[in-house]
Amino acid sequence: MIAPLLMQAQSAAPAASAIGQPNTVAMAFFFFFIAITLGITYWAARRTRTTEQFYAAGRSVTAAQNGFALAGDYMSAASFLGIAGLVSTTGFDGLIYSTGWLVGWPVVLFLVAEPLRNLGKYTFADVLATRLKQAPVRIAAAVGTLSTVIFYLIAQMVGGGSLIKLMFGLSYETAVIIVGAAMIAYVLFGGMLATTWVQIVKAALLLGGAAALAFLVLLKFGMNPLALFAAASAKYGAGMLAPGKLVAVPLDTISLGMALMFGTAGLPHILMRFYTVPDAKAARKSVFYATGLIGFFYLLTFILGFGAMVLVGPDAIKAVDKGGNMAAPLLAEYLGGTPFLGFIAAVAFATILAVVAGLTLSGAAALSHDLWTNVVRKGEPRAGEELKVARAAALVLGVIAVVLGIVFKGQNVAFMVSLAFAIAASANFPALVLSIFWRRCTTQGAVASMVAGTVGTLLLIYLSPVIQVDILKHTSAWFPLKNPAVVTIPGSFLIGIVVSLMTTDAKAVEGYDGSVRDMIDGARAA
Amino acid sequence: MTSSHHTLAAARWRIAIVLTLAVVCIYFGFIALIAYQKEWMGSLIAPGLSVGILFGAIVIVASWLTTWFYVWWANNHYDAKLDALKRESSGT
Repeated sequence: MIAPLLMQAQSAAPAASAIGQPNTVAMAFFFFFIAITLGITYWAARRTRTTEQFYAAGRSVTAAQNGFALAGDYMSAASFLGIAGLVSTTGFDGLIYSTGWLVGWPVVLFLVAEPLRNLGKYTFADVLATRLKQAPVRIAAAVGTLSTVIFYLIAQMVGGGSLIKLMFGLSYETAVIIVGAAMIAYVLFGGMLATTWVQIVKAALLLGGAAALAFLVLLKFGMNPLALFAAASAKYGAGMLAPGKLVAVPLDTISLGMALMFGTAGLPHILMRFYTVPDAKAARKSVFYATGLIGFFYLLTFILGFGAMVLVGPDAIKAVDKGGNMAAPLLAEYLGGTPFLGFIAAVAFATILAVVAGLTLSGAAALSHDLWTNVVRKGEPRAGEELKVARAAALVLGVIAVVLGIVFKGQNVAFMVSLAFAIAASANFPALVLSIFWRRCTTQGAVASMVAGTVGTLLLIYLSPVIQVDILKHTSAWFPLKNPAVVTIPGSFLIGIVVSLMTTDAKAVEGYDGSVRDMIDGARAA
Repeated sequence: MTSSHHTLAAARWRIAIVLTLAVVCIYFGFIALIAYQKEWMGSLIAPGLSVGILFGAIVIVASWLTTWFYVWWANNHYDAKLDALKRESSGT
């Protein structure tokens, strides 16, 4: 249940807060960020002439840079504002999200990072296509990728638009259009190199901002987090340090945990980042850096959440935004006044911008590299064509994101993040793992697993209380869980295995034997 | 394509599976305790520190440690064997 995160940011009259009023400091920081990132884009555009440069930054990104960029791609506004808000209003329960969002990273490292770097070129479908039949696996993988990307984009756009409206006092449409225009500029002109540096700048700003905020909170509690937690429990009851009502349905909590844990290893914009480093060793190290940074960040959000609970108060936070999303900005305002509020607001804006840029680039790669070049052109594109198609695809996806962002204005789209994670975990992850590790995996098995994962997830979410009760206002739902991952992940593994065993694919077995060496020594990738 | 490549790939696969299972057990153990041992997770070890908060921090630290262990193993053992294999195959 990711529902509370970024849920319908709705402004109530902010009594004593400058939130929602045009804030010159926020504007200044924001335009400074835009200026810096557009400068980076201009620099990157001059270094983006080939397909490899456009999709993979010429494989020139170092492990440490990629570690920051992975963290930047991953730490969305939902994790910054959402978790801090959740902790500030419910206490302990927010920790379920912080830990769930981190434990996916070891899985990425152990199972997919290195084989992916060694076997593929630009997309995760490349890995499947090394041993399975090109057209069917690429089409199925592109469907999984685009579904993940579109649902994630809508959630970011709608959540972002409302938050920006709330923080800057801009109109919702203006906010969505600014985000869309900047994101299209980064991706279209600067490709992966610009996107990578936007992520790095954003990750540094976000970590710096959160660390500064946590430091100011801890100063008030003698630099002792336990004193902070004790103050929270003294003020709002010992229940704040214990599991609460968010885990009313244990199976739902487990299902959410599975989606977070295995979804990370199926997120196309994360997987794509492993192609930007020179080799598998750098891919491995970059996950190590990313895990360190992201874990540190989630520890900080916990301090921020409890800090906001004690210093600002849950009622004051809910008065500004029912979903609790304004906890971190309100805390910044309490501790550092309007200038610090402005800085944190600009950081949140930068966060949304960077995440949508990464998503758009991976969607564009699925459209141009998987569908156009390898399915329509059968692997032999006309000279210079793929880059043009990739840019056109980025533009189209950017425009779609803006349009959908405006169409879904005011809708409860929080379920779309869980949808994106559930599809990534059930459609992309099982097929990827089966094709990397299982010699007997056939084309039919992988395709069946991806199709079943996508369709099953969409269907079960439609039948779940999130859509049936919360949105359609029916009294009950056919499927009891808010997150289907506990059913769909084992289901698509099972379907992949059963269909593989029922079919024979001599080429897939031959291809597997041939690819084992490439998978470990990276000969193909070099 | 040699059998030593297969052996090395299998060694990496074993480590990967064991570590993945370790992380899965740690995380879902934490979730199961939250779901079925709520009261115990809420009991205090020290003022301000409940069992649940301690375990949550342990999950984060355990993610770091397993990641660190894998990278250490791969940098020191796996890469050395891989380099030897590469030299061998380029020598022949």
